[in-house]
Amino acid sequence: MVILDGVEKRFGVRLVVSAITLTVPARASIALLGPSGCGKSTLLRLILGLLVPDRGRVSVAGTLVTPDTATRVRRQIGYVIQDGGLFPHLTARENVTLLARHLRWEKPRLEARAAELAGLVRLDAAALGRYPAELSGGERQRVGIMRALMLDPPVLLLDEPMGALDPMVRARLQRDLKRIFAELEKTVILVTHSLDEAAYLGDEVVLMRDGHIVQRGTMRDLERSDDAFTREFVDAQRGTQPSTQPAAQREPSGGASAGPDA
Amino acid sequence: MRLAVLAALVALAAMLAGLARVGSARADERPRDRPGLRIGSKRFTESYILADIAVSVALAAGEADVSHEEGLGGTAIVFRALEEGSIDAYPEYTGTLAEAILHAPASSDLPTLRQALAPRGIEISDPLGFDNTYALAVSGALAAQRHFTNLSDLAGARDLRLGLSPEFLGRSDGFPALAARYGLSTASVQAMDHGLAYEAIARGSIDVADAYSTDAKIARYGLTLLADDRHFFPSYQAVYLYRSDAARRAPKAIAAIRALAGTMDRASIAALNAEVEIDGRTFTSVADEFIRVRTGGAGGQGSGSDASDASEASEASEASEKRPALGPGILTTIRTEGPRHLTLVGVSSFFATLVGVPLGIFAQRSRRIGRVVVGATSVLQTIPALALLCFFIPLLGTGTKPALLALFVYGLLPIVRNTVAGLDGIAPALRESALALGLGPWTRLVRIELPLASRTILAGIRTSTVIAVGGATLAAFIGAGGFGAPITTGLNLDDTNLILEGAIPAALLAVLVEGVFTLFDRTLIPKGLRLPPAAS
Ligand SMILES: Nc1ncnc2c1ncn2[C@@H]1O[C@H](COP(=O)(O)OP(=O)(O)OP(=O)(O)O)[C@@H](O)[C@H]1O
Ligand SMILES: [Mg+2]
Repeated sequence: MVILDGVEKRFGVRLVVSAITLTVPARASIALLGPSGCGKSTLLRLILGLLVPDRGRVSVAGTLVTPDTATRVRRQIGYVIQDGGLFPHLTARENVTLLARHLRWEKPRLEARAAELAGLVRLDAAALGRYPAELSGGERQRVGIMRALMLDPPVLLLDEPMGALDPMVRARLQRDLKRIFAELEKTVILVTHSLDEAAYLGDEVVLMRDGHIVQRGTMRDLERSDDAFTREFVDAQRGTQPSTQPAAQREPSGGASAGPDA
Repeated sequence: MRLAVLAALVALAAMLAGLARVGSARADERPRDRPGLRIGSKRFTESYILADIAVSVALAAGEADVSHEEGLGGTAIVFRALEEGSIDAYPEYTGTLAEAILHAPASSDLPTLRQALAPRGIEISDPLGFDNTYALAVSGALAAQRHFTNLSDLAGARDLRLGLSPEFLGRSDGFPALAARYGLSTASVQAMDHGLAYEAIARGSIDVADAYSTDAKIARYGLTLLADDRHFFPSYQAVYLYRSDAARRAPKAIAAIRALAGTMDRASIAALNAEVEIDGRTFTSVADEFIRVRTGGAGGQGSGSDASDASEASEASEASEKRPALGPGILTTIRTEGPRHLTLVGVSSFFATLVGVPLGIFAQRSRRIGRVVVGATSVLQTIPALALLCFFIPLLGTGTKPALLALFVYGLLPIVRNTVAGLDGIAPALRESALALGLGPWTRLVRIELPLASRTILAGIRTSTVIAVGGATLAAFIGAGGFGAPITTGLNLDDTNLILEGAIPAALLAVLVEGVFTLFDRTLIPKGLRLPPAAS
């Protein structure tokens, strides 16, 4: 599980994350929502130990995140970065297996795991031999997810893993992700801009604004909120008319059908 | 493909190692029991000839192995080379010693100079018999017509047009003082380059020019030198300087050099200069001829040979003493100087890479240290190459070692700067991915950062190596050889062909280096980085 306790982060004088306390229980999935620049990616970086909080503490799977423990913690976390982050000088396969090779996995095991993951994210096996520049945007996102899953980490942090994908590819990937979260029983924090995606993939939704958590709860809680900002945020995504329809019965963007547990 | 590059690198390393061995073998060739004597020269015709003459007579003494370290540089460099023992003797002028070494222009008399140099372990021969000083020259016709023989004959002649070198005009001890001493008219004086001034006299557009008294072109243009009858100019008597320890090590050879005192006169030295500069003969052949004439028969470098051998040798040298035409000259330069040049470039660039890349990595890691490192290498880069070359002479002597060090230092900046730039240029997302994966610092550097920066780093190494190809031509100024050797000689002789003989091979080598690095790019930059950017 992931625990943030009164975490604060400043860039210069600007408070980007202010006193956030958030617990994500093991095997739960949380969707992190909020306007651009509200501190979502920063929060993920704090969890990964890429940034050191000015105040408060972060712990992952019972380990306090400090510069000393950061490397160990990072190997417990699969991270899919906002902008893809595949290494252009390595093939898809090399990108996926990089850390495992560094940990001296045997070749058969590497191959088997890569093949298994390709099946899981439905990536064409031939694509594994290609360089990132030779892959489509959707393929690259899948390779990024494979890389995050390679060591089968208990925690997954996904920062807009489906940014800039066309609706069909996006819907397919969303379905695959939902299946993966459920099958592999991961603790997941997923950053997204889409209310539908958040509702579809997250057990719970956390709405952020200016470094604060405005609201945490189910999609239904969010839609019933009296908070002006929350209403504005929800309405902006649903069109001008406030909606009363429960999100759980909606389909994720792109038209994929919602799972029974959404 | 990578294997091919590896093989090429190994082959290159083997070649360099081979060259190094050839170099050291050359140094070790001399039997241990025969002392070695190295005679230096400055970078102008007369110095080359006087040094070659000394080499000839020293060899003829049959005691030592004598070599000529040609055209080491200017006064400061050659004197320092003598002082620290990388050469044993060289020709010099008393006025120059007083002015440039002792900084006391007034004390140019021999006893004073000898007293000043003795504590430094340096001795001075007796004067060779001629002065090479500033003088004023007029056309032979004018001299005859108006009976000009002395400078004082020019006093008050208001109709004379003077064309003087800017340096002579500008120095306070130059023309202004001379005019005051002799009462010369300053009505019609213009600044003019030496070479042009002679032409101008010949065409009749000026009447008087300043000249060096042994200048090759004086006879060629039929000029008359006017005697300095009021002793205005300091004395620039030609002498040989030699190290006291050399005189102990090879007494006969040094004695033979000292015996040259009083054997030369202004006109014959000017004639020798002209034979090289105007007739295109080699220094050695001119020097040998001087000795043959002086000793009235056999002599020169092949002293041990009998008469018939000597005449054959002299015929052969007669045939080959003209400098070759440009085409064959280039091939000769490539053959004789190519390995040396390649060694200078290869070794200095190799070590610049070996040091520059880690230095760049280090500089990129720590901003503060980085600024210092990049700043320091930039400063080193702004030092003129020649100054840098000279700077290392007190530490390493003349020749290959200081040249390698200077080229190495020069080559650092592009490599350090590009390594920093290459690492800085890595997309933050990639940097973050590598960190977030939980890779250690070393793995991140080797597996991620260096490959991603490889294109920029290689470009830096390429720039550095091409700079070294050019820079190595300057190494000849401190006696390190290479393609710069014909260039420096050509500059001194004003011989364009000779300059091209060095410049063209250097340019060809630069092109070759570019080609080799294009190959490196194709094999060392990971394939994924050479693909067209992804369409996302
Ligand atoms: N290294 C940094 N230095 C200074 N300011 C930063 C830094 N990283 C982020 N910020 C600022 O902190 C704020 C939060 O950034 P963050 O990347 O967490 O936003 P976000 O919620 O992920 O936005 P988006 O949805 O656009 O990705 C932004 O205003 C950003 O400009
Ligand atoms: Mg973000």
